[in-house]
Amino acid sequence: MTSAPWLAPRIALSQQRERVLTLLSFLLPLLIWAAVSYTPFIWHPNMEITEPGSVNYFQEGMQIERETFQEEYNTQLEAGGELPQGFRANPVYLPAPHEVAIAFYTSFTTEPRRRSEQWLHESLWHSIQIIFWGFTLSSILGVPLGILSGTFAAVSRLHEPFIEFFRYLPAPAFGALAVAILGIYDGPKIAIIFIGTFFQQVLVISNTTRKLDIALLEAALTLGANRRQLLFKVVIPGVLPQLYKDQRILLGWAWTYLIVAELIGTSSGITWFITQQARYQNFDNVFAAIMMIGIIGLLSDLLLARLGKRLFPWERSSNKS
Amino acid sequence: MTKLDLPNYKDQSPEVKARFDDLKQRDVILDVKHLGKIFDSAKGPVTALEDINFQVHRREFVTVIGPSGCGKSTLIRTLAGLESATSGEVLLEGAAVSGPGPDRGMVFQGYTLFPWLTVKKNVMFGLRNQGVSAVEAESEALEWINLVGLEKFAEVYPDQLSGGMKQRVAIARALAAKPRILLMDEPFGALDAQTRSKMQAYLLEIWRHIDITILFITHDLDEAIYLADRILVLDAHPGRVSELIEVPVSRPRAPEQLLRPEFLAARQRLDELIHPPGQGDEEVGKLNMLRFANVGEEVQPQN
Ligand SMILES: Nc1ncnc2c1ncn2[C@@H]1O[C@H](COP(=O)(O)OP(=O)(O)OP(=O)(O)O)[C@@H](O)[C@H]1O
Ligand SMILES: [Mg+2]
Repeated sequence: MTSAPWLAPRIALSQQRERVLTLLSFLLPLLIWAAVSYTPFIWHPNMEITEPGSVNYFQEGMQIERETFQEEYNTQLEAGGELPQGFRANPVYLPAPHEVAIAFYTSFTTEPRRRSEQWLHESLWHSIQIIFWGFTLSSILGVPLGILSGTFAAVSRLHEPFIEFFRYLPAPAFGALAVAILGIYDGPKIAIIFIGTFFQQVLVISNTTRKLDIALLEAALTLGANRRQLLFKVVIPGVLPQLYKDQRILLGWAWTYLIVAELIGTSSGITWFITQQARYQNFDNVFAAIMMIGIIGLLSDLLLARLGKRLFPWERSSNKS
Repeated sequence: MTKLDLPNYKDQSPEVKARFDDLKQRDVILDVKHLGKIFDSAKGPVTALEDINFQVHRREFVTVIGPSGCGKSTLIRTLAGLESATSGEVLLEGAAVSGPGPDRGMVFQGYTLFPWLTVKKNVMFGLRNQGVSAVEAESEALEWINLVGLEKFAEVYPDQLSGGMKQRVAIARALAAKPRILLMDEPFGALDAQTRSKMQAYLLEIWRHIDITILFITHDLDEAIYLADRILVLDAHPGRVSELIEVPVSRPRAPEQLLRPEFLAARQRLDELIHPPGQGDEEVGKLNMLRFANVGEEVQPQN
């Protein structure tokens, strides 16, 4: 086994190799990031000033392009003034890994600047609630509708052409409308998640339903199943595992609508935190918050994948994901 | 090729003749009258079946054979009600059928067990549809599972079964719904030769023990003879009944009978019907000649 080539088309990797590669997939970007951050000759386009010298507009802690710094330095050299000092730095919007790692912790412990503002964990929780409601409402309507239109051609014809059209309308475009109808708080945000998810959901799930082997339906018919039994005892259990996978993917899409949704009306949740921190130039916090979204997304998906294996024990072989 | 000195396939031993006399006395389970089926395809209408007529008697085993594309599947699907006939009618115990129903069980060539149900639940499916209580359905299902010899696998999901086992469950599932006739469309077509002959033995055993009439499609000549009382031979384009052969081989069947003269006689007849001389044979003949010619060239210089 150990001598098997690393690149064998469509052959599963050994568990050990799988682990190594999974680790690498995270380590490689981290390494690149660290290299850019900690090696002064890679990129580092700015100078951070430690001594303003005689340059009147320089201030301690200020960042300035290296060329400008060099010009001013030369000018002072010729003029015989006090020389400015500084070190090479990356722009503030690219904090180093350790800064972000620290921010990861401190962003939770820093008190909000104003009383009315929320702690980070409160913002996050708010975001999760928005996603939850938007996705749940969409699923309550979208899943049954998808299954029905995948099963009955008439149902599909009745609304799919319209949905095909509607799904091209960008969900954020409905922002202003949603605010006008639903107010400025959570209503329009949930609506945007809903609009962003629902139309795709119906199409994806009806497609999944259509892929169910028709021979299973025919077998059920010859076993005396009526229409109701066909739907509830064959179609639904038959599509459930794939439908569950679809839902996981759709949930990922719902997260991508979150940022837009939270900018609508009164900015809120993690997006509010990110924009706020960007305004204060706390880019380490911004990065930390963005990563939190990623981590929450990844963890919830892993959790759902685990759960899926429990829920669909007959899907042993094809449940790898 | 020397022609074997075989009896006429229509000659029947007294025992076989008595059996057919008895069979013909029995109730007609399936009566197919002037059945026709025309498909509307993109390239225009395709006549798959034309004026098909035959009857199947109670507890009879009829196999259907014919060249590929002659309409075997269309026939059995129409009988099952999965396709609607364009003309003619199908009577099951005298009543016209329309649409699928549990009175006509079906076993398909592909595997159609419900992957989300265990073997036991698969077999219970038909019974539960008919409103049988869960407890009753379960005990009945277990009996059927015993009958096909899979009692150890009752709680297992289908994807853990071999192809042969899957088809045994499919047979148990179909029979558990208590059909009057069992329709089988090349059920062993995907199995290897060894499993296939085992399955044939199983099927004959089951059929001997319960009151079931079987219509069985195959493209394997030996299988068609080995299993059948009568063989329905179909012609292609359009699908029509070419002959309904009474198999002159006595029952119970055993693999040794594959070499009996009456078996070979039936086989020869099927061969004639399915590969009429002057069509496919010509191609085979040419190939053989080529082969011999090559051998000749190699051999000659040494002489
Ligand atoms: N849904 C359909 N639409 C159009 N033509 C069809 C359809 N189903 C079958 N046919 C045609 O009807 C004819 C009979 O097909 P059928 O599948 O019944 O043959 P078969 O004897 O079962 O073949 P095989 O030995 O390959 O299983 C073929 O010519 C086929 O192309
Ligand atoms: Mg066929």
